[in-house]
Amino acid sequence: MAKYIEMIRMRFLMMLAYRTNYYSGIFIYSINIGAYYFLWSAIYGGQPSIQGMTVEQMTTYVAIAWMARAFYFNNIDREIAMEIREGKVAIELIRPYNYLMMKTMQGLGEGIFRFIFFSLPGMLIVTFVFSLHFTTNVQTWSYFALSTVLSFIINSQINLLAGMVTFFTLNGEGLLRAKRFIIDLFSGLILPISFYPQWAQSVMHYLPFQAISYIPSMIFTESFTRDEAVKGMMFQAVWCVVLIVPIYLLWKAAKRKLIIQGG
Amino acid sequence: MFYISIFLQYMSQYIKTKLQYRTDLFVEFLSDLMFQGVNLIFILVVFGHTQFLNGWTRDEIIFIYGFFLVPFALFASFFNIWDFNERYIVRGEMDRVLTRPVHSLFQIVLERMELESLLGGITGLIVMGYAASRLHLTFHWYDVILFVLFVLGGTFVYAGIFISLASISFWSDARSSIMPMMYNIGNYGRYPVDIYNRVIRYILTWILPFAFVGVYPAAYFLRKTEWYTYSFLTPVMGVICFTLSLLLWNAGVKRYRGAGN
Repeated sequence: MAKYIEMIRMRFLMMLAYRTNYYSGIFIYSINIGAYYFLWSAIYGGQPSIQGMTVEQMTTYVAIAWMARAFYFNNIDREIAMEIREGKVAIELIRPYNYLMMKTMQGLGEGIFRFIFFSLPGMLIVTFVFSLHFTTNVQTWSYFALSTVLSFIINSQINLLAGMVTFFTLNGEGLLRAKRFIIDLFSGLILPISFYPQWAQSVMHYLPFQAISYIPSMIFTESFTRDEAVKGMMFQAVWCVVLIVPIYLLWKAAKRKLIIQGG
Repeated sequence: MFYISIFLQYMSQYIKTKLQYRTDLFVEFLSDLMFQGVNLIFILVVFGHTQFLNGWTRDEIIFIYGFFLVPFALFASFFNIWDFNERYIVRGEMDRVLTRPVHSLFQIVLERMELESLLGGITGLIVMGYAASRLHLTFHWYDVILFVLFVLGGTFVYAGIFISLASISFWSDARSSIMPMMYNIGNYGRYPVDIYNRVIRYILTWILPFAFVGVYPAAYFLRKTEWYTYSFLTPVMGVICFTLSLLLWNAGVKRYRGAGN
């Protein structure tokens, strides 16, 4: 366990060395949030609420969705693909740790870094610029925190899967890009899932993507009732466990495949 | 004439190299299409819940988005200079470019072109066609000429802004991290500017004139007479932006000393 914590620390310190790169990142996120802020205000026009969400809840939803993204987002899928292409993964495999676990921990180190140096100041700026509504309910905040941790786990698991699939395909770049669009669209980052037509919603109910952004953001804006919030976190937890199965199978297959390539 | 023949030669080389790796090309096409699809789905889903966006209908917004895709595709194909600082200044490639008897910017445009992005323009035309037929828009013969002028104007607005940004790296070793920021600001121009507050509208019109890439020129074809002045300013803004950026570029090149010792 200590070695994994060390992994988190190392990645955190590495990111810290390049922290100036992140100041412009805050502006980029603020600009994105700003665009959606005006867009949603115009979309609401005079309507007091759409799909049970007021315009204040909606703009807060957008802001928190982007800021939470800074925490759960990572590039471990690309890193895995690159390490495979460059053959580094062979050395990683003989080291005394689990490669996938190590990658996840590095992602967590990055996430913690971005949470402190990116999300917190970013949130402060965004709150000042746009009139956002933050709850003072402690329970909502703690639910949100738990839910965001779960969304980090699911997003990392999906990244691990996508990274491992590049073991088997020649063009990994296209696959990873496609994955990104799917997550942008189906995770609820740009649109709450409840806005989609009914048939699309029922399809998405069987997919893990809404656990990444939709559920924590709905909890934060209190658009979910308490029951719905608990149900949402159950949904996340179930997917966390379920996704272990394909990761395990794919990892076994990938290791076998790697031996053939290295021979 | 010399420039045209060089352009054609670069282009034929480019097509040859790209056709070597057809699957890569196909994957790139597909991911471009998905990117445009995400934005379209956003518009479609949102208009499932509202009739008007500040008085603009769903099909009008789709039309603006379709129009935006055409100049953006031209820009993305020929002015792929977002990593100019790393690629040319830090690595010293600029020295090589400057020893050749063709304008430096023209060479960089040729070296970095990505013709596959042009497909986005075709997507844009299809999207526009779909919206136009639903809106029962009628076009005159001279609209074709205006369309070409407006598209070129929009392309040069985009190009001007990004060339100016690239030129900054002649003066300071600024990281190119402002480039992605500009791409994001560019997205503001895809929606009617009257939904933003006055400050942003002013910036989008006169300082970073991204509104001239999407909503202003498209408003002409949507017959929004109140925006006509801005629509017809599009080619003018394109020329102004591009000229200013060229002046800035040339001044920067004069100042360039190379990254080595």
